Amino acid sequence: MSELNLTPNIPDPDDFYAELLAAHEGLTKAESDALNARLILILANHIGDRKLLSAAIEAARAAGQE
Amino acid sequence: MNRIFETPLYPYTRSADQDALSAPHHRVVVVGAGPVGLAAAIDLALQGVEVLVLDENDKVSFGSRAICFAKRPLEILDRLGAGQRMVDKGVVWNLGRVFFRDREVYSFNLLPESGHRRPAFINLQQYYFEKFLVDRLREIEAEGAPIELRGMNRVEAVGLHPDHVHLEITTPEGPYELTCDWLIACDGARSPIRGMLGLDFVGKVFEDNFLIADVVMEADFPTERWFWFDPPFNPGQSALLHKQPDNVWRIDFQLGWNIDRKEELKPENIDRRLRAMLGEDIRYELEWSSIYTFQCRRMEKFRHGRVIFAGDSAHQVSPFGARGANSGLQDADNLCWKLRLVIEGKAPESLLDSYDVERIQAADENILNSTRSTEFITPKSEISRIFRDAVLDLSEHHEFARPLVNSGRLSVPAVHDGSPLNGPDALFGAPARTRPGAPATDAPLGQGFLLDRLGNRFVLLALGTEAPERLEEQGIIAEGLTVAPSQIGKELRERYLGEAPSAVYLIRPDQHVVARWPAFDETATRAALNRATARS
Repeated sequence: MSELNLTPNIPDPDDFYAELLAAHEGLTKAESDALNARLILILANHIGDRKLLSAAIEAARAAGQE
Repeated sequence: MNRIFETPLYPYTRSADQDALSAPHHRVVVVGAGPVGLAAAIDLALQGVEVLVLDENDKVSFGSRAICFAKRPLEILDRLGAGQRMVDKGVVWNLGRVFFRDREVYSFNLLPESGHRRPAFINLQQYYFEKFLVDRLREIEAEGAPIELRGMNRVEAVGLHPDHVHLEITTPEGPYELTCDWLIACDGARSPIRGMLGLDFVGKVFEDNFLIADVVMEADFPTERWFWFDPPFNPGQSALLHKQPDNVWRIDFQLGWNIDRKEELKPENIDRRLRAMLGEDIRYELEWSSIYTFQCRRMEKFRHGRVIFAGDSAHQVSPFGARGANSGLQDADNLCWKLRLVIEGKAPESLLDSYDVERIQAADENILNSTRSTEFITPKSEISRIFRDAVLDLSEHHEFARPLVNSGRLSVPAVHDGSPLNGPDALFGAPARTRPGAPATDAPLGQGFLLDRLGNRFVLLALGTEAPERLEEQGIIAEGLTVAPSQIGKELRERYLGEAPSAVYLIRPDQHVVARWPAFDETATRAALNRATARS
């Protein structure tokens, strides 16, 4: 993979989304922030490709500015 | 106990210069007898350049201060004939442990690459380092090298002229004046010379304080580096434990910004911290303590006419990663051969501009690395702390997170990519680590090591092919070092040939690679020699 995939890629989106939120259930704000940070680091390491990671950071940043 | 840093090592003696009718002239004056000034002076004197070292004090550094010396500076010291005594005295460690809050999260072994004469680095108190350099200075002085060290000689004023530098100096017996062709200012982060010349020194102040306690203790801790993030005995801060020779342990406590320095330095408060960290029943003697803050900054230019700055006077970094003294020694290494060629009239003054280019590149790299370590150790925002803690939590369970933990990166030399002195990289299939601009990597050769055979002059290293024994280009000589195929070991092959069947490397007097080719080419070599000396 050489381009950041920004098209739908998760087979069961509703299920994934529910699982993501369920992981945060019952956590304080600080615990949730920590979980998110760990999750980002694990996913980033799995991707590994520095260009893709830069593209992902940029896509996340840009979407927040709209 | 015997504290060498309290004993005058180069006491004041009256110099004939003080009785001269007009200001005596010297070739090179080095201001500051710290690690960088002493190394620069020894380097110049060994090359036959007359050099006078002035120091406002007469003792080695007070307290241990710099304690980690990396491989490249040790190799430079080998070239100066002072490496072995450092390594003999120093402590070598390979195992580091990282603690987060109340637990060890992981340990790591540096596993240094084999086939190098020197270890990745040693721990050695700065006062030993300086003492060994003074010993070396005395040795070469006795052998007739043109070197002199004057203690209790403080420079009070500097006059910068187009063809010389004028100095006003005070001593216990009053003032005197002298002139020199070149002045090397190795007078530390607060450089009085820099101040006298009104030069800038801008950068970033880090709002933090660190308490250093050097304690002598008979402890059965192993020879390891222990680093704590947010430990119970220093909540919200960091701490470091590091072994030095003579059972001296460096303990470093991060204190934060709003502290009462006087209160923190009281022995009873240091004692309370030490016992909370190491156990109530420890027995120790406090050798030295200090509180420091730090900045990351550098001068815009290191050379100002005939005054050249080297070491902390030119650039300052955080202590994480041991990049202060280590980079200063590399400044001296880079400067001295260039200055000699300029003094001998074999190279134009513009050769010294490459000192600025190359060492500013290195300083920027060091500032970047030490700033990143600082950001990890003392997160500056809430989100920065969240990610830092996430990395540490993950590092306990998953190997992938460990390279992200940054408690100081090993000091490695800069590769001067793009330096105006570099020649062609014309060796297909060769390893990147020995490309033009890189310091030559060590490797076993015969009964010794490659680096023993390089340095102090240009060398043409021929592997699997031949180079002439001597090539002279307008007064600059390159000596051939042809290594027979049977002598090319595994490491030499991996580090210099890669997939190439043969190679010729042109290597500078400071052991940095100028250029490389598959075979000796006289025209190309002459052009590269001219380029490496700023003559084309």
